[in-house]
Amino acid sequence: MTAASPPRLLPLNILAHSATTALGAGLDAQRQALAHGRSGLRRNDFGADPLDCWIGRVDGVEEVALPPALAGLECRNNALAWLALQQDGLLARRVAVVMGTSTSAIGATEEAYARLHTDSAGVAHFPPELQRPRIHTPHALGDFVRAATGLRGPCVTVATACSSSAKVFAQAARLIHAGFADAALVGGVDTLCGSVLFGFHSLQLVATAPCQPFDARRSGLSLGEAGGYAVLERAGAGPETALQLSGYGESSDAHHMSAPHPQGLGARLAMQQALHSAGLEPAQLGYLNLHGTSTPANDGIEATAVAALFPPSLHASSTKGWTGHTLGAAGIVESVFALLALSDGLLPGTLNSTVPDPACGPQIRFDNARADIRHAMNNSFGFGGNNCSLVFGKVG
Amino acid sequence: MREAVVEGIGFWGSGLPDWDAACAWARAGVQPAQVPARPAPMLLAANERRRAPATVAVALEAALAACEAAGREAAELPSVFTSTHGEMSISDYMCTTLASDPRAVSPTRFHNSVHNAAAGYWTIGTGAHVPATAISAGRASFAQGLVEAMAQLAAGSEAVLLVAYDGPACGPLGEVAPSEGLLGVALVLSRTPCAGLPTLRMALEPCAGTDAADDAGPLSRRLAGNAMQPALPLLEALALERTQVLLPASPDLALRIDIGHG
Repeated sequence: MTAASPPRLLPLNILAHSATTALGAGLDAQRQALAHGRSGLRRNDFGADPLDCWIGRVDGVEEVALPPALAGLECRNNALAWLALQQDGLLARRVAVVMGTSTSAIGATEEAYARLHTDSAGVAHFPPELQRPRIHTPHALGDFVRAATGLRGPCVTVATACSSSAKVFAQAARLIHAGFADAALVGGVDTLCGSVLFGFHSLQLVATAPCQPFDARRSGLSLGEAGGYAVLERAGAGPETALQLSGYGESSDAHHMSAPHPQGLGARLAMQQALHSAGLEPAQLGYLNLHGTSTPANDGIEATAVAALFPPSLHASSTKGWTGHTLGAAGIVESVFALLALSDGLLPGTLNSTVPDPACGPQIRFDNARADIRHAMNNSFGFGGNNCSLVFGKVG
Repeated sequence: MREAVVEGIGFWGSGLPDWDAACAWARAGVQPAQVPARPAPMLLAANERRRAPATVAVALEAALAACEAAGREAAELPSVFTSTHGEMSISDYMCTTLASDPRAVSPTRFHNSVHNAAAGYWTIGTGAHVPATAISAGRASFAQGLVEAMAQLAAGSEAVLLVAYDGPACGPLGEVAPSEGLLGVALVLSRTPCAGLPTLRMALEPCAGTDAADDAGPLSRRLAGNAMQPALPLLEALALERTQVLLPASPDLALRIDIGHG
């Protein structure tokens, strides 16, 4: 019997490379100088008493400003280390940023409108401190996360209302599969603002008491704000992880801008496709985090769709009694709750709810439970009839 | 390197109300005489054609034209909608109303304020139950839309509809989010090779922080003020049978597109 061959030491993949020299900062400067025979040497101008010789000095090292967290490490060598590290997207070129939000930074735009300055010609302007174009646009969130992390791959903001930060998982999976990125930072952030509080109020969807998802007495939603992230990589590309994204399903209701399809057609399609994409039968699912907004329309329709698709053994719940409906962040927040169910065995119930809506099947649970489960799903449905279901799995 | 066939092109820009008009302008500087200020897409009910936000109208008009040119059933195409700013007249309305009388916010304008409003009206109008998404990425909005469309093809979709649009700035918001006129561009992209149709091969490449915009051509110059202008170099290349364009795909990346013509 032959022994299994040990893992090979070599070759290793070189994911990125870069150099900063007297020829300039980064790979392109080296390439150009080499091709054109241009030397970077200059007559010695280094120090107070320069020797008569030539040196290869890097321009710009003196101008490097380390970020505040690194200020205590300031010295010429670390300044050059920093300068060289910033070139060619060395650490992050192939990591995508895919962020979801419903209203992005519209709160700042609302604030600007509340404090407009009117000039002598009668024209209204934003106050000077809010004249910042990068925060008054839907992409403000993705743009910020890219700037904050230094990631250099494709960067995009998904804004499909309340399904936004569920769809980021699907888009990231496609970007990685198509070879546009090796990994992705996905997530979602939505903050409380007048647009959503008074907007949902105008639709008569905001409850005056804390929301009660799937309760027969529910009168509407409670709004919340939240942010969350996940880092995704192609399976096999790096270390094994215990948790995986194993399926996604997306669909459209094709029914109404702000009311769900009366038979829950889009919801059913999204859940079925997510199961299919994960290669699962409905009975294999251990936990389902429902969209469960606590609006009269959503919960009855979603409960009916769940009852039609899953066996009574499924533990399904809405966690919006804990967080409120965090809109464009609901996808990531409730995916994190589904991942907690997988990692910790904590299956949340439905806070604040005691009297089941008649549409609720045995799947809809109001009490927390504990169980070791292998597969969990998250539903996120948005305005415009935009639906996304995700399936997460536990390996091993 | 990813590859797709352009099966259909839809276009509506202020003063150039369809793809033929855009081609005539790009090739010969010819422009049509009477052009309405905004399109009236047949997909919307008659009473909604004038009421719908202008960006929804231009997106739907271009999308439908692209599907018709491709001979594809609109309801069967997954769609990617991309816009830099969405509908700014609604943002302006919402912020103005919130600053004066927040309890007077109109429920219809509120649900029209979502960035996926055009995608929503499209799926409702065509009866499409297939996925639709709505994204935004600043000046890279068009390139990121193309990247997502290509990624959907790679993930198994037979054909995908990409719709890119922006409208005029409105109110004080316009000072920090400038955009002029209406522009809607739609492409039906497919995996099926077809003689006589243009083929796009694209890859992301580092661009060292510089803007990847090509020299402005006739469409880019004419509609330069619109926030979706970065889409126009590709449209010009298709009209003028050029073979390569670079589009801004992020502050660090350019999307290089090599175009094969028939």
